[in-house]
Amino acid sequence: MSDGLRVEGLTVAYRGVEAVSDVSFSVAPGTTYGLVGESGCGKTTLGRALGGGPPPGGAVTGGRVYVDGVDVFGLSPAELRRWRGSALAVVHQEAGSSLDPTMRVGPQLAEILRAHGRSRADARRETLGLLEKVRLPDPAAIARRYPHQLSGGQQQRVVIAAALAGRPRLLVLDEPTTGLDATVEREILDLISALRADIGAAVLLISHDLALVGRLCDEVGVLYAGRVVEQGPAASVLSAPKHPYTAALLGSVPRIGVSRRSRPLAAIPGRPPAPGEQARGCAFAPRCAAADEQCRTVLPVLDQVRCHHPGASAVPAEVAGPQDVPAPGAPLLEVRGLTIAYGRTTVLHGVDLTVRKGEIVGLVGESGSGKTTLARAVAGLGPHGTGTITLGGTELAVGVGRRDQATRRRVQMVFQNVDGSLNPSHTVRTILARALPERTLKKPGKPGKPGKPGKPGTGQGDPERLAERSGLDPHLLGSRPDRLSGGQKQRVAIARAFAGEPDLVICDEPVSALDVSVQAGVLRLLADRQRATGVSYLFISHDLAVVGYLADRIAVMRDGRIVEEGPAEQVLLAPRHPYTASLVAAARNDPPREREKEDATA
Amino acid sequence: MTAIPLPLPRRRFGVALAVGAALVAAWTVVALLWPSLAPFDPGAQDPLRRFAAPGAGHLLGTDQFGRDTFSRMLAGARPVLQVAPLATVLGVLLGTAIGLVAGTLGGLVDEIVMRLLDAVAVFPAIIAAVLFVALAGRSVTVMVLVIAGAFTPIVARSVRAATLVEREKPYVEAARLRGERPWALMGREILPNVGTTVLVEATSRFGDAIFAAATLSFLGLGQPPGSPDWGASVSDNRVWLQIAPWTVLAPALAIASLVVGIALVADALRARWEAS
Repeated sequence: MSDGLRVEGLTVAYRGVEAVSDVSFSVAPGTTYGLVGESGCGKTTLGRALGGGPPPGGAVTGGRVYVDGVDVFGLSPAELRRWRGSALAVVHQEAGSSLDPTMRVGPQLAEILRAHGRSRADARRETLGLLEKVRLPDPAAIARRYPHQLSGGQQQRVVIAAALAGRPRLLVLDEPTTGLDATVEREILDLISALRADIGAAVLLISHDLALVGRLCDEVGVLYAGRVVEQGPAASVLSAPKHPYTAALLGSVPRIGVSRRSRPLAAIPGRPPAPGEQARGCAFAPRCAAADEQCRTVLPVLDQVRCHHPGASAVPAEVAGPQDVPAPGAPLLEVRGLTIAYGRTTVLHGVDLTVRKGEIVGLVGESGSGKTTLARAVAGLGPHGTGTITLGGTELAVGVGRRDQATRRRVQMVFQNVDGSLNPSHTVRTILARALPERTLKKPGKPGKPGKPGKPGTGQGDPERLAERSGLDPHLLGSRPDRLSGGQKQRVAIARAFAGEPDLVICDEPVSALDVSVQAGVLRLLADRQRATGVSYLFISHDLAVVGYLADRIAVMRDGRIVEEGPAEQVLLAPRHPYTASLVAAARNDPPREREKEDATA
Repeated sequence: MTAIPLPLPRRRFGVALAVGAALVAAWTVVALLWPSLAPFDPGAQDPLRRFAAPGAGHLLGTDQFGRDTFSRMLAGARPVLQVAPLATVLGVLLGTAIGLVAGTLGGLVDEIVMRLLDAVAVFPAIIAAVLFVALAGRSVTVMVLVIAGAFTPIVARSVRAATLVEREKPYVEAARLRGERPWALMGREILPNVGTTVLVEATSRFGDAIFAAATLSFLGLGQPPGSPDWGASVSDNRVWLQIAPWTVLAPALAIASLVVGIALVADALRARWEAS
């Protein structure tokens, strides 16, 4: 009885609204099935339902789940608990929070083994074996540590070790590498692929990351609005997608080697429907250029692909000629010998950086490398340090409070935290209106407050204009931020940054919190605004492909130093510093076929 | 598998809110209209009917001077409901302003203001009350000022804490980047987003203020002895607790019911605000 996982017509609903509709697939033992989808498409709900328990507030309203022939929904509560303990293992996002912070790692693993009937001595021995199996160096030392003494990657390895401890028949990995640096992510993925044959369980990988799924999985299913829209072998779905959504999703992923100069990113218009607002027909029809009357009224059936026009393109064809990008001018921002410390920890060691007029400089590096500290120092929001920062030849005061009004307006910022970057009590119109320089100028009776007139005559004028330029629907102007999607919020933040006609916009991970299809639209907006206004960007990201798409020049940071700097193509395609090379290797999106070849030759 | 219904917490809030609101509303009406509601003049003495037990005629009995306990209980609502709302509003306004300024500006200003407030907070409120009454005499104004003064540091501290959280958020940093003045930063950007904290503080302080007003009168620092004020009544009659317990129980239960009513309303509102 070893036939892995079989899901038949699974439907999960929240208060009568279907979040997962009629999903069927099967995973053989020892193979990996990847479930791809954007946020809100139902993938996490699906993952939870497989464990036999509907998520809080939800209910399984149809379908069957079999694991090695066991009908999971047919089990009594007591049997279900026993089954979960022995046959199921789930690795969630944010590994740290699934470990008990008050217990050392070794005893935590031993406890799981003891629950599976090992003796105390056996459990101890096996604990070390498990830690070794997940390739943790010096297992005996790791076992004595508390979870907070481990890095994010090490924590995730411990969680995987814990998942393997019970010899599960079904292993569910829900976004296992979200929040990890690229090189660490690569190592974890390698570990999972090395282990999957060994553990012999059916592995279900849930992810929003197409590249990750392509690298790791044998079969994939693409989920959209709670339904599987396409499924098949990973290699064929990812290299020759049939559903317009899959194709558009693949097209919207930035790749190393693709720059805004060569072609614009193909963004999918609109956003995924929220559960309950789906139309009768194909859920993707409102965003699909190839949609016709049939698509809007008749739900297509799933036969590898759930589409009336397989192979059609969702995104209207564009002139894919090289984009005209103005050449950078004189140096605008010059950072010289910037050293900043938090307490005794020095986070920036004498950093030099130049951004020219109209140039996009990408700053890459892993978390903790000092890129955000550098950006905040330039904006005047960070702690004080030594060194100089000059803008257009004049030295900037360290704190933003000490800069005069005109200088402040020249440097603006787009933040990573899309939820926090807009005032939740203001409407979009108020947010944009408050950012316009005319607001302070129009108020009479306040003499003696110097303010650069907002370049009169250019008439950048009103919130409506700003919103329109950022690709925002005008009817959103009356809404508060909590009614907006992540992409819409970031568009408002970009519109706000451009309201005062800045010279330099600092983008601190502006797209890392967004879904891929939305990310592409925001990246295009940033590229368009730059071309239209000729501003400079200091663009920070941990994602090399994203930086590579926008940047003219790339600086690579590590441990508070810039280790490599040069034209974008050169840094990405011919890195000179070994650290850059390792970043590029981790980010490079190898097509699955090549991977198989590598495996065969290895 | 059948659908599992979601728990419906709204009903429970509803009942608590309704009971609390009814208590508060009832006492408010009494405070405003007691002259027409009370069966007797709360000050009228009747030496022949001293310590009459509750029953017909005198619903809640009489006290040592033969005054009607029920009428005095109704009349006692007014002084408490004069002092408590005023003290709460004043204390919350002051505390919010101080907390907002200290939290937004930070640095040295924050340090000085908060240390001063600590000094105010550690100074025993009762001693301050004795001092003020000795200097300015007994009056509603003094009661309001003493209670508001005791609340200010408490409110300031929680508003400051909420402000510190908001101040670090990118929308405030964006406002600083475009050069908003500190006043605009506080009033337009931060204040609306610490509004929940201010409202929660206001409702919790209101209940405390009722208690504080009654306590001051009990100690002879608020309403004068002999007044129908609840605190003063408990104080006047506590020596007769053995022979006429109703004279103490009536005002004590009045205080309790009003405080509980306010607490119920406060909890229900807090749960709603914090959920939204």
